[in-house]
Amino acid sequence: MISPVARERWIKFSRNLNLQLGLFMLGLLVFAIFVFPVLIAHDPLAVDFDSALIPPGADHWFGTDDLGRDVLARVAAAGLVDLQVVTVCVFVPFVIGSTIGLVSGYIGGVVDTLLMRLVDILWAFPFYVLVISIVGALGPSVGNMYLAFSMVVWISFARIVRGEVLLAKRQEYVQAAQVLGFSHIRIMARHVLPNVITPAIVFMMADVVLTILGVTSLGFLGLGIQPPTPEWGVMIAEGRNFILDGWWVSLFPGLAIVYVGITFTLLGDGLDDFLRPKG
Amino acid sequence: MITGASSPLLRVDSLQVRFGSGKDAVTAVDNASFNIAPGEVFGLVGESGSGKSATCRSLIRLYGGSIASLPKGSITFNGRDLVRLSDKELTEIRGAEIAMIFQDPMSALNPTMRIGDQIGESLRRHQNLSSRAARERALHLLRSVGVTAPERRLDNYPHHFSGGMRQRVLIALALACRPKLLIADEPTTALDVTVQQQILRLILDLRQQTNLAVLLVTHDLGVVAQTCDRVAVMYAGRIVETGTTRQIFRRPAHPYTRALLNALPSSAGRKDTLAPIEGEPPSLAAPPSGCRFHPRCPLAVDACKQAEHVLRAVEPGHESACIRVGELGC
Amino acid sequence: MLIEPLLEIRDVSKTFPQPRTLLEVLARQPKRTLHALRGVSLMLRPGETLGIVGESGCGKSTLGRCLAGLHTPEGGEILWRRQPLSDIRRADRSRRIQMVFQDPYSSLNPRMTIAQMLDEVLFVHAPSMSSAERRDRTDSLLQMVGLSPGLKNRLPHAFSGGQRQRISIARALALEPEVLVADEPVSALDVSVQAQIINLLESLREKLGISIIFIAHDLNVVRHISHRVAVMYLGQIVETAATETLFGNPQHPYTQALLSAIPVPDPDIRSLQVGVQGELPDPLSPPPGCGFSTRCPFVMDKCEKPIPEFFDSGGEHHVRCIRAHSSTFSVPA
Repeated sequence: MISPVARERWIKFSRNLNLQLGLFMLGLLVFAIFVFPVLIAHDPLAVDFDSALIPPGADHWFGTDDLGRDVLARVAAAGLVDLQVVTVCVFVPFVIGSTIGLVSGYIGGVVDTLLMRLVDILWAFPFYVLVISIVGALGPSVGNMYLAFSMVVWISFARIVRGEVLLAKRQEYVQAAQVLGFSHIRIMARHVLPNVITPAIVFMMADVVLTILGVTSLGFLGLGIQPPTPEWGVMIAEGRNFILDGWWVSLFPGLAIVYVGITFTLLGDGLDDFLRPKG
Repeated sequence: MITGASSPLLRVDSLQVRFGSGKDAVTAVDNASFNIAPGEVFGLVGESGSGKSATCRSLIRLYGGSIASLPKGSITFNGRDLVRLSDKELTEIRGAEIAMIFQDPMSALNPTMRIGDQIGESLRRHQNLSSRAARERALHLLRSVGVTAPERRLDNYPHHFSGGMRQRVLIALALACRPKLLIADEPTTALDVTVQQQILRLILDLRQQTNLAVLLVTHDLGVVAQTCDRVAVMYAGRIVETGTTRQIFRRPAHPYTRALLNALPSSAGRKDTLAPIEGEPPSLAAPPSGCRFHPRCPLAVDACKQAEHVLRAVEPGHESACIRVGELGC
Repeated sequence: MLIEPLLEIRDVSKTFPQPRTLLEVLARQPKRTLHALRGVSLMLRPGETLGIVGESGCGKSTLGRCLAGLHTPEGGEILWRRQPLSDIRRADRSRRIQMVFQDPYSSLNPRMTIAQMLDEVLFVHAPSMSSAERRDRTDSLLQMVGLSPGLKNRLPHAFSGGQRQRISIARALALEPEVLVADEPVSALDVSVQAQIINLLESLREKLGISIIFIAHDLNVVRHISHRVAVMYLGQIVETAATETLFGNPQHPYTQALLSAIPVPDPDIRSLQVGVQGELPDPLSPPPGCGFSTRCPFVMDKCEKPIPEFFDSGGEHHVRCIRAHSSTFSVPA
C-alpha cells in the first residue's frame, strides 16, 4: 500500500520533464566523472611529448594537449575537482546562510537588524572583486578559495530565506504552532524551514552554475586551482595559446562547463515545480 | 422563458463558459439563461465555485488572468450579440455601456494614479471630454456617490481612502460614462456591515435616479433579499432556479434554494441546531451526473441521476430545474 | 450565577507602534501608535460561549490573540482561575487555551499530513504516550470532528475549506483545552458548510464542557451560537449582555446601528435605511471621549470629553454610553 502522499509525489515527478532530464544529465555526469576514468587507461597527469596535440581520434577521443596528456581523462578528472569545489563552495554557504536567515527572520528585532545590516554591507561589494581580493590577499590555494566563496555566497541564501521566513511567520499555521506551545526550535525546524527552503534550494542550483563559472574563471586567471591539477578553467587557459591548432584542448572543458550549466539549470527549474506545495 | 420586462436590456441565452484546455478544461458555467430589464436589480446567488462570477465576467470578457475560451451561447445587450463582437468592439462597450465593480476595491484602483486622474482618464477616452471638463464631471461624480470634500479628494491616491470610500470611488468610476448596466461582483463582501448598508443604499439610489440596471453577484442571501427584484440561484455552474425575490424566498422551488435558506443562522432559533447541507459542493472538473445537487439532496431519487437540466415554469416568472418540484409542496 | 469565572480580563490594553518613514523620523514627527485594545474587561464562565462582535479594526482579533498568548498585553491583566495568565508557562497555557483560526487555507502546514500534525501535538505534550496510543488518539480526534481517519495520511490541499476547519478544530482539541478561542472560524466558508462547523462547535462544547470565545463580524452567527455577547468598537467594549437581551434590547447607539445594518434575508422586511454615516475613525488617533461620538446620531457635547463609564442597566447588561446614565434615557420595551 503506497501512501497517498507518495503517490502524489510520483505523479508530480512523472509530469516534471525538467527534473527528469536534469537528473538524467546529472547521472551521466556522475558516471563520466567516477566510472569513466577507471575504464579509460589514460592518466590525466602523464606527460608524453611524443603525442602532443593529437586531434580527437580513436585512441584519444578528445585529443591530447600540448604536453601530450589525454584531454578526456583530464576533463573527467577536472570534473571531480570542480564538483568537489562546488560542493564546498555552495553547500556550506547554503547551510550557513539558510540557518542565519531562518533564525534572523524568526527572532526578528535587534538580532535581525544587525545581521541584515552585515548582509547589506557584504552585498554592496562586487562579488568577483571581493573573491579576488580575498584570494589575492591570502594567496591562491584551494583552501583560500573555499574561504573566499563561503564568505560571500552565504549572504544570498540568508537574504532569500529571511524574506521567506517573514512571509511564513504571518501564516496562521506558524501562529497555530505557537499557540500549541511548541518550542521555537521545533517551530523553526518543522513548520517554518520546510516552507521557506524551496527558493533557497532552487537558488542553490543556479548558484552551482555561477560557482562553476567563478571557480573556472579564477582558474583561468591563475588564482584558483593551480596546475598541474586538472581544472576546467585552467585547461581553457592552457589551451588558449594554440586555439587554432589545438581547438579541442579548450573546447571540451568549455563544453563540460556548458553541460554542467544546463544540468543544474534544469534541476533548478524542475525542483522549483516539484517542491512547491499544491493548493 | 422568463417573463421579464417586455424588452430586456440584457438577454443571456444558453451561456457556456469554459476555462483551461484539453484534459484540464473546466466548464464553469453550463447552459445559463436569464435576462435583465432596464432599471432592474437582478441577483445572481450561489456559493463559491457555483459559476456566478464566471457568468458575469464572461459578459464583458474580464477573466482576471485565467484563460477562457470564447463563451458559447448568446449574450444580447441592447440589440447586439456580445459573443460575436471582437475584443476591440467589446472594449468600447465595456466601461461605456456596461460597467463593473469588484469585491476588492483596493486592487481595482491603480495605486500610483490620483483618483481624479483615474476618473478623468475614463471620461476622456469614452466621451472625448477636455481635461478641464473631465475634472468638473469627476467632481460631480464623486459628490453624487457621497464622497465628502471631493475637491480635495480628487488629488488623493487610493491608499488615502478607506474601504468604503474606495468602493464609492469605484462606483463613481463605473458610472462615469452613464452605463446602462452595472455588474457588481460581490461589491460589499470586503466591507463592514454598516458600510455595506451605505454602499447598497447608494447603488439602489443611483438605480432610481438613472434607471440603471444592476447585475448583483453575491453569496449573501440577506443582501439579495434587501436589494434584488429578481434572482437566479446557481449551483455547480448551472442556474437551478429563477424567479422574483419574493418567490425565491417565500416559495423556493428547488431543494438547493430551500436548503440554503434553511442553513442561515437567522432562520434557526437560538436553541435549535442549524440545518446545514451535508457534504461539500462538487468539483467542476468532475461534476455529478444528472442534477448536480442530487448527491446532497434529501429528496433525490434515481431519476435525478439522469435528469436533464431544464428549467420548467412553476408559476408565472418562477422556474425551477428540479424534476420533483411537484413534491416540494409549494 | 455564582460560578467562578474561568478567565477574567481586567482592563487590558495593547498598542502597536507604527513604523515611521525616514522622512518622518528626520522631521521629528512623534511616534504613532495604534491603540488596538483600550481598557477591555470581560469574563468567561466555564462551559459558556462568549461572542465578541465588531467591525474590522475594532480589536476583537487582538483580544483573542492576547488570550491565546500570541500578543502580550501592555496594561491590565488576564486571570486564569484567579492566577495571572502571565505566570503560567507557555506549554501549560497551551493546554488550557487553544485557538482556531480564520483562514482554513493558511492555518494548516501545507507540508505535513493530517496524521503528522495531530501526532506532533500529542508527541510534544504527552511524551509518555506510545506511538500506537497516539495513532488511536489521532483517529478518535478525527472521528470526533466528523472526518474519516482513513483520510489522515493526506496533505491539507486534498481537503475542502470546511474539512480543513474540522482538522484545525481537531488539532486544537488534541490538548483537551478548557477554552477555545475561535477567531472568525466560519467567515471564509460557504453558508451550507458554515452551518456544519457551527453545529460541530456547539456539539463539542456540550460534549466536552469547554468554553468558547467566538469572535466574528457576522451577527447572525454570533446570535445563534453565543450565550453572552460583547460588542467592540475602536478597541473598547461598548456593550455586553446576554445574547437575547443584547439583540432584543440593544442600548448603545453603535449596537443599534450594527443590528439595523444586518441585511435581513426576507424581501418583505426591506430595512435598508442607513443607520450611521461615515466610517471608523483613524485608530491611530481615536476621539478623546466616546469612540463612537464621531458617527453617533445622538451625539451631545458631553460625549466628546471623557470616555464614558460602563452603565449597569441590570441583569449583567452593561453599556458604555452616557445617555444610558441619564434618567431621561428611555429604554425601549
